[in-house]
Amino acid sequence: MSSHGHAATPAPTSSAQSHAPSSAYTEFHPRWYRPKISTYWWLGKWAYVKFILRELSSVAVAWTVALILAQVWSLIRSPKAYSQFARVMSSPWMIALNVVAFAFLLLHSITWFNLAPKAMAVRVGGKRLPAVLISGPQYLAWIVISAIVLAIVISRG
Amino acid sequence: MVNRETEPIFWTLFSAGGVVAALFLPIQLFIFAFAVPLGWMHAPGYDSLRVLAHSPITRLYLFVLCSLPLFHFAHRFRYTLYDGLQIKHLNEVVFFGCYGIAILGTVAAAYLMLIL
Repeated sequence: MSSHGHAATPAPTSSAQSHAPSSAYTEFHPRWYRPKISTYWWLGKWAYVKFILRELSSVAVAWTVALILAQVWSLIRSPKAYSQFARVMSSPWMIALNVVAFAFLLLHSITWFNLAPKAMAVRVGGKRLPAVLISGPQYLAWIVISAIVLAIVISRG
Repeated sequence: MVNRETEPIFWTLFSAGGVVAALFLPIQLFIFAFAVPLGWMHAPGYDSLRVLAHSPITRLYLFVLCSLPLFHFAHRFRYTLYDGLQIKHLNEVVFFGCYGIAILGTVAAAYLMLIL
């Protein structure tokens, strides 16, 4: 009678204190709005296709590792096994397959180096370092490392 | 599996493997898939290649070259299937498949480098 808002307060506090739902309370599970997305959602836009291609480069990475393992395994077994490995590597279907794999490896390298400046914001003197100064050294390292590996293998030729 | 505690480990392996794959794999594939089979360079013979591979530094290099990129693959391919191809109902099969490949490959690489 004195205040009509006061009378309404006990109800919410009592329900907030007891977390266990009362017998009268039936739990309501909301149905999320989740539209079904097509498997081929990424085909519509070039940016999405690029994203999927970049992610698929991981298959080329695994493939290259498998080739390295096979090569080492043949090297361990015998000279005959190694020449057989070399023969498989020079077959046309293998070359064709590796052209595709190599293209994906390059896609991985380039997207990886270009992503680094976006992933880490390096600040020098309160200013953000330009992207070129972060991805540039990685490209340089890539070239130097490739030259060293090539030189080592050539020196054994 | 993947939760708030373990996610950083998987992500670090993905990231480290991505760096190794980006810097070292293209030249490796270029040499042994094109330059040697197509005769662009003088192919190293079996014996000299075996000697090169046998050195402890090369063995360590080859182990890292195989192991980390496989963990990179596992993480990335898992999410390619999840986000890209919308395969969400097979989440656990995909997880164990991808990381199974990475672990098996790592064990195989370790074994090969030990007997090399």
